[in-house]
Amino acid sequence: MDALLNPWTWYVSGPLIATVMFLLVYFGKTFGMSSNLRTMCSIGGAGKVSSFFDFDWKQHQWNLWVVAGSIIGGFITIQFLSTSNPIEINPTTISALSELGFSAPKSNLIPSELFSLEALKSPYNLAILIVAGFFIGFGTRYAGGCTSGHAITGLSNLQLPSLVAVIGFFIGGLLMTYLFFPIIF
Amino acid sequence: MKVLKFLFTGIFFGIVLTKSQAVSWYRIVEMFRFESFHMYGIIGSAVVTGLILLQLSKKMNLKTTEGNPINLPEKEKKYKSALLGGTIFGLGWALAGACPGPMFILFGAGYYSISIIILSSILGTFVYGLVANRLP
Repeated sequence: MDALLNPWTWYVSGPLIATVMFLLVYFGKTFGMSSNLRTMCSIGGAGKVSSFFDFDWKQHQWNLWVVAGSIIGGFITIQFLSTSNPIEINPTTISALSELGFSAPKSNLIPSELFSLEALKSPYNLAILIVAGFFIGFGTRYAGGCTSGHAITGLSNLQLPSLVAVIGFFIGGLLMTYLFFPIIF
Repeated sequence: MKVLKFLFTGIFFGIVLTKSQAVSWYRIVEMFRFESFHMYGIIGSAVVTGLILLQLSKKMNLKTTEGNPINLPEKEKKYKSALLGGTIFGLGWALAGACPGPMFILFGAGYYSISIIILSSILGTFVYGLVANRLP
């Protein structure tokens, strides 16, 4: 039971993520979570203003079931498959984060300084989250995929555009972490 | 019944990503600061396993449940948009600490404020659709 409740190491988790990718391929589909954002736009009627969203979203309904499942999966894990031990991240990271005003993680997966309901009352924090989400949604579609579509599926399938996209992910990520974090926080 | 296999695949995905802590903002910061091997190990071993599975299934002529040969669509060879879009995505990924899979998983895990990220990412995709023709 402990093996189930404790965090899973990388060499267990990575192959299991590949299994998810492979299962979807075996079902005749592809692994790509960000495509759902486009589908949601289409369901909302965005096809009226842009041909980019003018497609039969019912063809992509299967992927929304993957989304529904992933929400349930997150719920099951927190409710039944977790301990309340803090995430063991590198102490160097913790001290760097404390300089930016973030306390060390307790049992929380994401920082309350950004995501608590209290933090949402600050227009500045709210703006940070909105900008972050906007960049994710805009960038992933512009790049043609996100971590699941490019980094996992694309690299596994030896797609050069995916390697370029992943390099982009890291250029953006490193810029944010080293250049913008000290400015924003 | 057709949708159940997708629902269960999603549940499995949600459990794996939460148990591996890949959904954690702290893990993403740690990754971009190169202060842990954890995330690189996850992504690296996922890619290697995926590569082996895909190569094997092609060699063995495995058919999908729909009876077709295993065939993944080629990614479009738009290198400039992959790099520019990827960079924009990376900025958001590092700031939110979540990408389009984890944002839904975190919602299920009870972090409801992540819905701000979900909604604004839908908005970002929508705006991309409006300006896509005018981008380099």
